Amino acid sequence: MSGRISLVLCVVLLAVAPLVLSPFRLGLLAKYLCFAIVAVGIALAWGRGGMLTLGQGVFFGLGGYAMGMHLKLREAGPAGLPDFMVWSGVEELPALWKPSANPVFALAAVVVLPGLVAFLLGLLVFRQRVRGAYFAILSQALAAAFVILLVGRQGLTGGTNGLTNFSRFFALDLTDPGGRRVVYAITAAALVLTYLAVKLVVRSRFGALLVAVRDHEDRVRFLGYDPALVKTITFAASAVVAGLAGALFVPVVGIISPALLGVVPSLELLVGVALGGRFSLAGAVAGAIAVNYAKTLFSEDFPEGWLYLQGGLFVLVLVFAPRGLAGVVEAARDRFRRRPREEVAG
Amino acid sequence: MRLGNLHRALLALLLPALLATGCVSEPGAGSTDGASGDEIRVGVLHSLSGTMAISEVTVRDAELLAVEELNAAGGVLGKKLVPVVEDGASDWPTFAEKAQKLISQDRVAAVFGGWTSASRKAMLPVFERNKALLWYPVQYEGLESSPYIFYTGATTNQQIVPALDYLASQGKKRMFLVGSDYVFPRTANKIIKAYAAAKGIEVLGEEYTPLGHTEYSTLVNKISDARPDAVFNTLNGDSNVAFFKQLRGSGITAGTTPVVSVSVAEEEVRGIGPENIAGHLVAWNYYQTTRTPANESFVKAFKAKYGADKVTSDPMEAGYNAVKLWAEAVKKAGTAEVEAVRQASGGIALDAPEGRTTIHGDNQHVAKTARIGVVQPDGQIREVWASDGPIEPDPYLKGYDWASGLS
Repeated sequence: MSGRISLVLCVVLLAVAPLVLSPFRLGLLAKYLCFAIVAVGIALAWGRGGMLTLGQGVFFGLGGYAMGMHLKLREAGPAGLPDFMVWSGVEELPALWKPSANPVFALAAVVVLPGLVAFLLGLLVFRQRVRGAYFAILSQALAAAFVILLVGRQGLTGGTNGLTNFSRFFALDLTDPGGRRVVYAITAAALVLTYLAVKLVVRSRFGALLVAVRDHEDRVRFLGYDPALVKTITFAASAVVAGLAGALFVPVVGIISPALLGVVPSLELLVGVALGGRFSLAGAVAGAIAVNYAKTLFSEDFPEGWLYLQGGLFVLVLVFAPRGLAGVVEAARDRFRRRPREEVAG
Repeated sequence: MRLGNLHRALLALLLPALLATGCVSEPGAGSTDGASGDEIRVGVLHSLSGTMAISEVTVRDAELLAVEELNAAGGVLGKKLVPVVEDGASDWPTFAEKAQKLISQDRVAAVFGGWTSASRKAMLPVFERNKALLWYPVQYEGLESSPYIFYTGATTNQQIVPALDYLASQGKKRMFLVGSDYVFPRTANKIIKAYAAAKGIEVLGEEYTPLGHTEYSTLVNKISDARPDAVFNTLNGDSNVAFFKQLRGSGITAGTTPVVSVSVAEEEVRGIGPENIAGHLVAWNYYQTTRTPANESFVKAFKAKYGADKVTSDPMEAGYNAVKLWAEAVKKAGTAEVEAVRQASGGIALDAPEGRTTIHGDNQHVAKTARIGVVQPDGQIREVWASDGPIEPDPYLKGYDWASGLS
């Protein structure tokens, strides 16, 4: 019961944030929430499914670009071309961009595209029983390749600059604090809904099967299940969640660029989850918010040395709380209740 | 299932985070000119960490020197300048975030910052949305003119076009293009190709490598096979070190095939090693060796503040100028308020280290003298050609027939 009360309190906190925070700080909180949404997906794939995905930035990017392309076309210049195409010397809208003009297509693409890519990749990879570090390296290579692709096709993708300068998000005016508050509300709602949805999955039979696959894939196979399919579906679900977060990131921050999708940002997404505790959805969310909040705080107050502070924080957590903040909370509560610790969190 | 209880972890984290952010006071209470009492706050936003730090830190140093000099001379409008430094972390969205922070929380009168085009493109909507001022100090690819950005580095007709004119005047007919894979090199090469097509210059190859790339043997082989008269180099950052070392190793010399670089200044020459690049050409608007009275005192002051082994470079000088030009505009306007400063800026002139430089009222770029230099074995750059006085900025290359198809 106390869990439910905490959830309600968190929702209340998210709801009162617009009242107490300045528009600038609220925008930052919305950005943290976007990363928290990705974290929910990572906690599902990594914590529950044992798939260490180092390339979540790819799916974040696919969602972000799907949304960014549509928004860019809505405010395109007289020739119907986004600004960067004009200065990249592109004279006609590339065929790849044409469907993005349709809002229904764009919104669908935000979740379908990352989901589909992850599903196909998962089928190829998990059928071949690629797992563990090999899967991690593969997903990381995917992120690196994706960035090179985006940067290399400047006329098509905006190159290193990415897509920037959005003034509207559908009917909302992003130059107006009111419009940005609504974007925050949508992001917060998306986080809560994603959290609840993934929680349902975790509690379902499928969730139990997923943990079983993580802990002993072969045994699950002998029982007649198809572990590859279970992992593929989970991986695709985590990609869908990342795509949704990427799409929301665009109106929240006003930019989507290869710098957000590469190896390093993909790792940063993971660090938040590791810090919060990958076995716990709430821990992952808290970790993602905490890491990004700390990044803002440290870099504002110590622009010269903030990276050392951030690095120090990670080292401390890894040394003293290898199971993340969620592990610390759990241990504290167990001590408080004088109950023996269980071996597997869950 | 026990994770439900862990909502409390989330709560425990969210609550202080919210309280902390909520409690951060927003100073300035409504003033939009960064002025409170006898102070004017200005933002300095460069990458102090990440891959761009090596270059951008030097610009920050030059800007802080300019602020210090203005304060020593009694400040601006009798008010002391207070710099607020932020780290863009070589990450474009971070630039946008910190720009917003400087504007809405610190309420700075102007921000001096940025280096890469990507960081400028990320910050542009922030400054336009908030009607705040950005002073951008690095040469760039042109084709932009935001009412809320002042461009104190060269646009293409003040750097790339003069460099091409110089090569053409030297009888170079076959060129090879090498660049890092991002917006500036790609746009620069687009301009170079248009120029080459109009002037009968043959472009033998156009190659891009990712930022930070260090393996150039394939590319160097392509260059030696193509036998160009000159190489136009728009590589940025560390890649230049590897490129010039491997070029030298292959036996291509400045005597037979000079490389003209537009992103290699004194600071980068130190990293590349003067022995690897001596004799090759660079195109800028300022060198440490530029002979003006203002430069003599700039170099002296910089070395006094940061160390005798430090060098000064074009982007540093442009950043230094930006602060001084802004201060002149504020003095002319009589206030640091943004719109008034913009109105007052047209025609503001400064006897800068590079010589006389004047703000163009319409496009907010500055008139600059173009200079071609040769890298010396001691790491300094010797000027071999300069334009007849400052060139008016033309970011859209409207004054050039061959460039009509570009924008």
